[in-house]
Amino acid sequence: MAERPEDLNLPNAVITRIIKEALPDGVNISKEARSAISRAASVFVLYATSCANNFAMKGKRKTLNAGDVLSAMEEMEFQRFIAPLKESLEVYRREQKGKKEARKDKDRKTDSEEQDKSREDDNDDDDERMEEEEQNDEEEVDN
Amino acid sequence: AARLSGGENRLVSLPLSRIRVIMKSSPEVSSINQDALFLTAKATELFVQYLASYSYKHGRGKEKNALTYSDLSHTAEECETFQFLADILPKKILASKYLKMLEKEKRDGELGECDEEDNDEEDDNEAVDEAVGS
Repeated sequence: MAERPEDLNLPNAVITRIIKEALPDGVNISKEARSAISRAASVFVLYATSCANNFAMKGKRKTLNAGDVLSAMEEMEFQRFIAPLKESLEVYRREQKGKKEARKDKDRKTDSEEQDKSREDDNDDDDERMEEEEQNDEEEVDN
Repeated sequence: AARLSGGENRLVSLPLSRIRVIMKSSPEVSSINQDALFLTAKATELFVQYLASYSYKHGRGKEKNALTYSDLSHTAEECETFQFLADILPKKILASKYLKMLEKEKRDGELGECDEEDNDEEDDNEAVDEAVGS
């Protein structure tokens, strides 16, 4: 999937909501401030990714894993995020596990089809499909 | 298709697919495990909240019950944790001041480059490449 410049931005509506949740009720956020925060968030992703990738490379792995991201947070001095992230990860893993079981029962036939499809292309944009090709351990998925 | 953000009950609101695109734009990265993707998205949300609340708390915008660009830029400059943002959140000066600076530099015989962005009140000029956002 080719990246268009817009794709490196995060959706405005979601960003705005997250900001509002962090501020007292009724505080105004200028369009400019919102836009700046959105850009900052994209930069944060890049910075975190680069940092996490260094940890992966140190471990001689090609796939970024959860530990790499947590190590990156430490390195970037966002230690305050680590505990809440670990908690959320637990919940997320349980959710994913539940979905997988449900899927297995339903889509037994189409499983192999989907796996072939996702191998030829880089990204389906489909989160649920991604689960199937990327396990919680390392996998050398081709890009 | 990316998940549409539902209510505040969702574990994460930022779309994982979009986060993934940004992560993959990083040249050295080959693949990303699902947990790592989730954590990055979640961390980004925490980051947005932290940046917003910190800037509001330490800035002057709250005198008018607002969070302003200036609050953010101030944070990037003053707080070490946010210094990686300094380049994309530069301090602003009034266009008139900037023009005066240019004139002064000319008079001094230098046609120096100024890093300061010239700005009017509402500046939607993105420093980064993209077209005006939706």
